Amino acid sequence: MKLSIGPIQYYWPMELVQDFYHQAKDWPVDIVYLGEVVCSKRRDLRLIDWLTIADTLVDAGKEVIISSLALIEAESELLALERICNNGDFKVEANDMAAVRLINARPFVAGPHLNIYNTSTLKLLQENGAVRWVMPMELSAHSLAELQKGRPAGLETEVFAYGRMPLSFSARCFTARAHNLPKDNCELRCRDYPEGMPLDTQEGEELFVINGIQMQSASPVNLLAEVGQMAQMQVDVLRLSPQAKGMAEVVEAFDAARNGQKISDSTVSWQTNSEWCNGYWYGDAGMVKLPKPSEF
Amino acid sequence: MSELKNRMDLVCPAGSLPALKAAVDAGADAVYLGFRDATNARNFPGLNFDADEIRVAMDYAHVKGCRVLLALNTFPQTEQWSTWQRAVDQAADLGVDAVIMADLGLLRYARRHHPELRLHLSVQGSATNRHSIAFYHEEFNIQQVVIPRVLSLSQIRRVVENSPVDVEVFGFGSLCIMVEGRCALSSYVTGESPNTCGVCSPAKAVRWEETPQGRQSRLNGVLIDRYQAHEAAGYPTLCKGRFSVNDNVFYAMEEPTSLNILDILPELMKMGVAAVKVEGRQRSPAYVGQVTRVMRAALDACYQDPQHYQPAPDWLASLDKLSEGQSHTLGALHRPWQ
Repeated sequence: MKLSIGPIQYYWPMELVQDFYHQAKDWPVDIVYLGEVVCSKRRDLRLIDWLTIADTLVDAGKEVIISSLALIEAESELLALERICNNGDFKVEANDMAAVRLINARPFVAGPHLNIYNTSTLKLLQENGAVRWVMPMELSAHSLAELQKGRPAGLETEVFAYGRMPLSFSARCFTARAHNLPKDNCELRCRDYPEGMPLDTQEGEELFVINGIQMQSASPVNLLAEVGQMAQMQVDVLRLSPQAKGMAEVVEAFDAARNGQKISDSTVSWQTNSEWCNGYWYGDAGMVKLPKPSEF
Repeated sequence: MSELKNRMDLVCPAGSLPALKAAVDAGADAVYLGFRDATNARNFPGLNFDADEIRVAMDYAHVKGCRVLLALNTFPQTEQWSTWQRAVDQAADLGVDAVIMADLGLLRYARRHHPELRLHLSVQGSATNRHSIAFYHEEFNIQQVVIPRVLSLSQIRRVVENSPVDVEVFGFGSLCIMVEGRCALSSYVTGESPNTCGVCSPAKAVRWEETPQGRQSRLNGVLIDRYQAHEAAGYPTLCKGRFSVNDNVFYAMEEPTSLNILDILPELMKMGVAAVKVEGRQRSPAYVGQVTRVMRAALDACYQDPQHYQPAPDWLASLDKLSEGQSHTLGALHRPWQ
């Protein structure tokens, strides 16, 4: 199985982004997704900057995919998307049907926001150029098994295996709202939250994380214990979603797991000291953390 | 464009036969309904229709010149595919005036097997821009698109100008603030979402409790809101709860309020919007009748004299009474920026 680093969901300043991918060059990952997927107002890095980072990752032996926005409203966003789709060097991860149209049957990755729930949809996307698809967050292992049975030949399957899950997108900016700012004058406050803003219930239960116009799960999904099961199901790629701290340990743990190695003590403490969830995988509410059953 | 006078269709919800009759009698141009299962996004207990009831509904509506649209707008999973496929076949057999769909695979099935069936792209299809709409038009020959409640007025204008198909917008009712078709908040907490099960914040996961701190609403155990004695309690939809962010407790996503576009009807008409949709298949026949009556009056007044159109105070008052939180908003439509 291959490991991928998903697109950075947060608004990190240029130095942090560059530093992150500088480290990623040495991580045992096979694929790196680059680019802005949440908000078009985050413009620290322009396409040319992403392509520059892409070149360094290619030199380090990584496959690079340029990811695109999940919510596209403005004409300026469509123009930017067109530039991404026509970059000429790298495949694109489509997260809106606008991208599928602009890609125009060239090879692409069907992202997690395209709503792929059945094999008919998989086949249609493959005929439109998809060479890999990313399972939607809310699908279970059981649903995935059904999809794998009818998967067209040559189409790779990727599962979001670690990280806070993107759960929804809005025209509103919830970070700006929390600061009493209108979205058109948001002061780019999401830059102050490299891991998003926690949203808790009135009882103090961690529920979601606010990331600009996106809502994420408060707990990261963590399918480390299910890596063997995913290998049996012929999942091709495990996606690890970037976080500002501790990413190297996450990569290390999943690398060990995919190679069938024993997981080290430091990884065990990382796993036991943090909250995480895996409910979707077992057909339950996403926020639930279930013990690993013997079979699903 | 400013001279354009187009008659916008009023599309109203029908969760039951009495609601359908109320909408038809009050002047709806079209009603939309669903089968009594997870093939539609209002899969609530006690709602919706079987095939025989749809026949009765169609007879009633067609006599009065009202079209009947069938919502098959959830995303079938592989195992249950045959249920959705059968629903498309049934829709074609029944001869409904259009089917409202979102799933790519199902749209392809309908296009290939029932080319005569008129297809509308559901709001669950998340089409927020001209390229996305063009994709569905080219691939499936959709004839109408319902656009998500996230676009500003000027963005809707751009979409209408560049859309190869008719554009339908939401006009009144509960307000999804997330892009429809791309929201998994409900399944994260309850295991069921609009996409997978046709429900958001399902009733079976709701629990009310009286406590010394006030009345509390929970969704699968998660505290959504806590009400003081003087506060009206609303349905615990996740995006409309009060939560704590940076130590402030507030409606962190959205207040419980309804969408109401009466104020901007002339603009929508001039833009060339083809249809205005009322949300609420889960609502009572009395609600549906009242909202349809007001919207009918407003659309007629706007069509007859757009220059001097103004929402009548009693329209707004009667709609506010029916609204979530007894208040209304233009939602994303009033955003001044692009």
